[in-house]
Order: sequence, then structure tokens, then C-alpha cells
Amino acid sequence: MLDNTQVERLEAEAVNSAKVRQPLYAPRKKIFPKRASGSFRSFKWLVMAITLGIYYLTPWLRWDRGPFAPDQAVLIDLANRRFYFFFIEIWPQEFYYVAGLLVMAGIGLFLITSTVGRAWCGYTCPQTVWVDLFLVVERAIEGDRNARMKLDAGPWTARKLALRVSKHTIWLVIAVATGGAWIFYFADAPTLIGEVFTGTAAPVAYFTIAVLTATTYTFGGLMREQVCTYMCPWPRIQAAMLDENSLTVTYNDWRGEPRSRHAKKVQAAGQPVGDCVDCNACVAVCPMGIDIRDGQQLECITCALCIDACDSVMDKLGKERGLISYATLSDYNANMAVATAGGSCSVNPSLVRTDGGAFSDKLAHFHIRKIFRLRTFIYMGAWSAVGLALLYSLLTRDRLEVNVLHDRNPQFVTLSDGSIRNGYTVKLLNMIPEPRTIVVTMQGLQGAEMSVVGVDLPADRSFAVAAEPDRLKTLKVFVRQPADQVGGATQTFKFRVEDKASFETDEYTATFNAPEIAR
Amino acid sequence: MSNEHIDEVSGISTTGHEWDGIRELNNPLPRWWVITFYITIVWAIGYTIAYPAWPMLTSATKGVLGYSSRNDVKTELAAAEVAKAKYAAAIQSKTVSEIAGDDALREFAVAAGSAAYKVNCVQCHASGAQGSKGFPNLNDDDWLWGGTAEQIQQTITHGIRFASAPDTRLSEMPAFGEVITGDQIAQVSAYVTSLSGPVQNASLVEPGAQVFAENCVACHGDNAKGNKEFGAPDLTDAIWLYGSGETAIAAQIRAPKHGVMPAWIERLGETKVKELAVYIHSLGGGE
Repeated sequence: MLDNTQVERLEAEAVNSAKVRQPLYAPRKKIFPKRASGSFRSFKWLVMAITLGIYYLTPWLRWDRGPFAPDQAVLIDLANRRFYFFFIEIWPQEFYYVAGLLVMAGIGLFLITSTVGRAWCGYTCPQTVWVDLFLVVERAIEGDRNARMKLDAGPWTARKLALRVSKHTIWLVIAVATGGAWIFYFADAPTLIGEVFTGTAAPVAYFTIAVLTATTYTFGGLMREQVCTYMCPWPRIQAAMLDENSLTVTYNDWRGEPRSRHAKKVQAAGQPVGDCVDCNACVAVCPMGIDIRDGQQLECITCALCIDACDSVMDKLGKERGLISYATLSDYNANMAVATAGGSCSVNPSLVRTDGGAFSDKLAHFHIRKIFRLRTFIYMGAWSAVGLALLYSLLTRDRLEVNVLHDRNPQFVTLSDGSIRNGYTVKLLNMIPEPRTIVVTMQGLQGAEMSVVGVDLPADRSFAVAAEPDRLKTLKVFVRQPADQVGGATQTFKFRVEDKASFETDEYTATFNAPEIAR
Repeated sequence: MSNEHIDEVSGISTTGHEWDGIRELNNPLPRWWVITFYITIVWAIGYTIAYPAWPMLTSATKGVLGYSSRNDVKTELAAAEVAKAKYAAAIQSKTVSEIAGDDALREFAVAAGSAAYKVNCVQCHASGAQGSKGFPNLNDDDWLWGGTAEQIQQTITHGIRFASAPDTRLSEMPAFGEVITGDQIAQVSAYVTSLSGPVQNASLVEPGAQVFAENCVACHGDNAKGNKEFGAPDLTDAIWLYGSGETAIAAQIRAPKHGVMPAWIERLGETKVKELAVYIHSLGGGE
């Protein structure tokens, strides 16, 4: 007889046994956000209307700049390398204005985040705005949360197919309109829209529309919250911007816990009970599909819809609003200390209320003063400094410039009468959309005279040229100094340009080279 | 698996990586991420089949689409040639003066001439056309054979003292070391120097003038201004091809050096020569 008790049992386990097996990837858990209503939802509708309005309508605004420049208020003219923004025209070398605006946007985000948390994410980020728009379509066609969940779980019927097809069709229409609006920033919008519809626009226009249609449809319709959670770096960076005095969407455990669906029963049993009735309204409306009651978390974009959802429940129950509210971590901690008697017990809601049921006056409340702290002052200061510097630069910038390139090979030429000649490439920048007459004058360099290649003028110390509107004019200028006037191997002098009509001037200090032995 | 660490808050196991107490949760990847990853792999394989990619022993796979960056360049060059054709035709049919008088044509010819100059001319005339001793500076306003665009074209076409070109520009200064005495050479050198600057021994100037009148005026003229008909240099200006000063002048009188410039017409063709002439004329000294 075999006695299997004598066989040694080994401590071994398959590495992929059911007990230790881990999934390599996980499917997305579908989220069906319920429609919320309340003051934050209304504010978000307003923000959505404004941001979408700005995006779609801006290219159609007109701005008269005269006959020599486009009349589109906002235009990025890549072909001619000009950027027009209402009364401002930017040439490529003035790109620092754009860089400055980006710096301001960065510091501005720091400022906003340190005061009101991830407001950018929750209200104004294009991802949030377009997802909101796509959800409006989804709700209009498939119904609210429960109807959508039922439809999604149900079999593929003709009705489901019809609903899904119409939803995706409208999404695609929105996506095409979004991609279509983008290209109007880069060309004259009324002309381009005609070209787009008649099939005569540049291939790059159609390509751009196609790419942005694809990204809008994918990110807004299909990816949604996953863009924020997995793809966007901002949640990580913004987390570092928050501190204990930043306003964030907070579930106030100190008055909500212990939560109970049967508050009256629990109360009757003499147990403490908080304001949270565990109705999950806050979870149902969340576009990120999270539970704010688990505390501040990476996924939360602080859209504040859970505040609206909870407030309406509190209203129904006749309790104070604000179980979920914008609160700072320091206030929250202070109130938690009150509710737990300094951490000595679990949350006891009776500790935050007086005998009459009103809130205890020991509770901390947000005060506007918390916004004004050293950190926000520094952000505000830096933001203002960059802004003022840009503004000053913009108001005092030159619209007439001269740049000079000295010929280096040869640096100088000795002419037959012994005089010395130097060559220069003179670039006149007429940065306004009007033709001008520019007078170029030499200052210094005794006895020297200029002649211009291609301009039939007698050599002189001054000449006038016509500059085309909004263009760079390049002149080849020869400067000739008589031998007996040469004052050394290197002399400096100035090219001065002036518009006699507007009195605008600019100068460039150039050098004049001569051989060492020139008399 | 015995040392597996489970995160207390989320209940998810960690990867075991820890930085300052912060642990990495071992969450599964999102499915879309994994799918996208596989799509990129498939894309990459397709790409290496469609385009040149895999290194083989002597070359790389050609790719089924037959793409080649060299063909791209060829296409672009052909397009550039087509774009240049109308300028080339205009340059062919017009005179150099007409080309120089037309802004667009001049710009094209100067650019083309500048490129041709850098290949064919810099060896003698230097990269800035400033020349060197024995090789004329083309920037200045002193021209042995004339500085109009047509005269420059003539010089480039047929060269100077270029034996195999029948129409080459030809002149030769006799070696006066065999004709006049050393004293006379010193005297005439002093005289020529005095025309454009100070001399060491002023007493030589007057007898030098006499020597000059007897031997030199035939080519260099009564006033020593030279003659562009036969390339006789102007002796009154500040520009000296073989060096200034009495010593250098005396050496050139005794046993003159004669530079040679090749005729370029055969090698470059008429269009290129015209472009070169317009370019040289534009350097600032053209007449």
C-alpha cells in the first residue's frame, strides 16, 4: 500500500496561481455622470458659453488696418510671418511677447491654483469644456445616468443602434466644427470658409481639420476623464502648487460622519450620526467617477458638481448646505480637531454643534484673508512684473528699425584716389502697414559719403528711400572716406534713419575699417 | 511574493520601489494604453516594410513604397531648374548692361555669379574678390582693361595673355633692364612714385620725367594715366598690382611680370560668364 503521507510536501506555488495573479491591464470602468444643477453648474454653463464663444467667434472679428494689412482682428499669418492681435502687430523677432504671455500664463496658473485649487482644470480647461459639451449631447440623446446605464448594459437593439449612431454623429459634427474653427486663425476666415466648402483650400487646412477632428472626438467623446488621469501632466504639477490655505473641494467629515442611510434609527439607538445620508449623489454626478468623501485625490478636477449635488440633498433634508464645500486644509483640520476632540475619539458630530443644533462657534470658516499670504503675493508680484514689463515694452517699441551688417570680406577697399571704401548691408524695417519715406543719414566719419547700389543718387551723407508698408527693405550701401580724412584703422559712426512724417527714428552704430598704414 | 507590500490606503500591492517613503502602486495599465502600445508596434513593423529600414550586408532594404530621400532632392532640384529657366533664358538673350539695369534679373545674376565666382575665381582673386599681389582686386575702381560690364565680360570670356585663346587681351611691357641704364631706372621709378606720393630723393624726379617721356608715354600716356585699350595701368593712382614704392616699381620696370588669366567661355559658357560679369560689376567699382 502506498502511504502518501510519507511523500515530502514542498513549499511551492505557481507564480500565476489564481491567488497571486494580477491583471496586466484593466478595462476602463465606464462613467455615467448624472446631470447636476446648482450655482456651480450654472457658473460652468456660463464659462462654457464664454470659452466656446471666444474659440469659435474670434476669427470672424474684423479690425480695420488700412489697405496694406489684413482686416482680421486675430490672425496668425504664417506665410508672411506676422501675428495680428487687434491693434498689435508682431514680427517674428518680437516673439518674446508671446514668450512673456506664456510666462504670465504659467505664473497665473500658480497664483490661481494656490488660492482656489485646480480651478483651471474644473472650469476652463478645453478638455473639461468639450467633455461637458459632449455630455450635453449624450444626455439629450440617451437620457440621464440611469437611462444611459440601462442602455449600455442592454442588448444591441435597433433603438440602441439609432441612439448611438446619432450621438456619435453629433459628436463628429462638433469635432469637425472644432477642427474647422482652428484653421480660421491662420488665414482670412471669410475667404477660407468658401475655399474649404468648395474644396479649393490648401491641403494643410484639410489635414489640420482632420487631425483636430480626430483628437476632439477621441479626447472629448471616448477618452474623457482618462485624459486628465493618465495623459495630462498638470494634475501632478498642480498638486505641488496647493498648500494648506488653498481652497479645494472638500468633503467635511467633521459634520458628515458617521454617515448613515437610516439616520433616525441610528439616532434612536443613541448612536452619533452625521449629516451624510450616503445617498451617493456626489459620486453619481462626478465626471471623473470618484468619491470625494475619500478625500482630496489626484483625479479630482474640482469641478464642484458634487457640491451642487450634495447641496440640493441637504436642502431637501432641511440641513445646512456645505457638507461638501470649497474649504482649505487648515480649516478642515481645525474642524476635524473639534469634531474628534483633538483626535481622542472618532468623529462625533455632536461636538461641532451646540445643544440647539446650530454649528458651534469654535468652527473655522474660510476667510478672504487667507488668499492674501506671502506665497500669493509673490506670485501676484511676479505676474504683475512680467505683465508691466511687457506692457511697457509694447508701448515704447520701435515701429521703424535699422540693422546694419558690415562687409567682412573684404573689410575695406582702397580706391584709385587713395580713399577707403567700406560696404554695408542696411536693413530698414518699416513695421507699420503704411508706405513711408525713410531718410538715412550718416553721423560722424568726417568727409565720408554714401552711395546706394541700384539707387541712382549722387554720393551724399543723406538719402531718402521709399519703404513698402509692413516690409523689410534691404539696401547695399557703400561708404567712402577720402584718404586724408581717415582717422585710424577702426572708426565708429552712426546710421540714423528717420521718418520725417512721424518723427520716428532709430540708430545703428557701425564701424569703418581702414588699412593700418592709411595716411 | 512573500515580501509583497500592500498599500494601506488603497489596498493595492506596490512594486517594491520606494523613494523617501513614497511607494509605487502596482496598478494594472489601462487597456487603451496597452492597445495603443501594440498598435505602435504593428505600425513600426509596417513602417519598416514600407520604407527603407533594415540593414543588410551591403545596403538596406528598399521599402515597398520605393521612397528615397535622394529622389526627393532630385525632384526639388529639377523644380528649381524649371523655376530658374525663365531667368536663364532672359540672361541668354540680353546684354550684360540690360541685365544690370533690370532689378530682378540683376539680383538673379548676382546670386548665380557669386556662386560661380566661389568655384572658379577665388583661387586667384580670393574669396572676397580682394585679390593679392599680382592678382587684381575686383572691388576697387581701377581697371586695367576697363570696368564696364561689357569690358568685364570681354575679359572673362577671352582671358588675358591666354595663349590658346585667339581673341585674348594681349599686351606686354618690355623689360627695360636691357634698354635703359640702372640710373635711368632709378630716376624713372622716382618720377612715377612722385605722381601719387612722396619720394625719397626728389632730385631724381626731374631726370626721371625725361626718361619717362622718351620710353613710357607710348603706352602709359603723356599724363601717365595709362590706356585701357592695351591694359597699360594708370600710374598716378593709389593702386599698384605688383606693389607700391620705388623698389617695387623699379623691379617691374627692369623685368616686368605679366599675369595670365584664362579664357572662361569654353569652360563656363556664355550665360555663366554674363552672370559673373554682372556680379563683378556689382562689387562696387564697376564703371
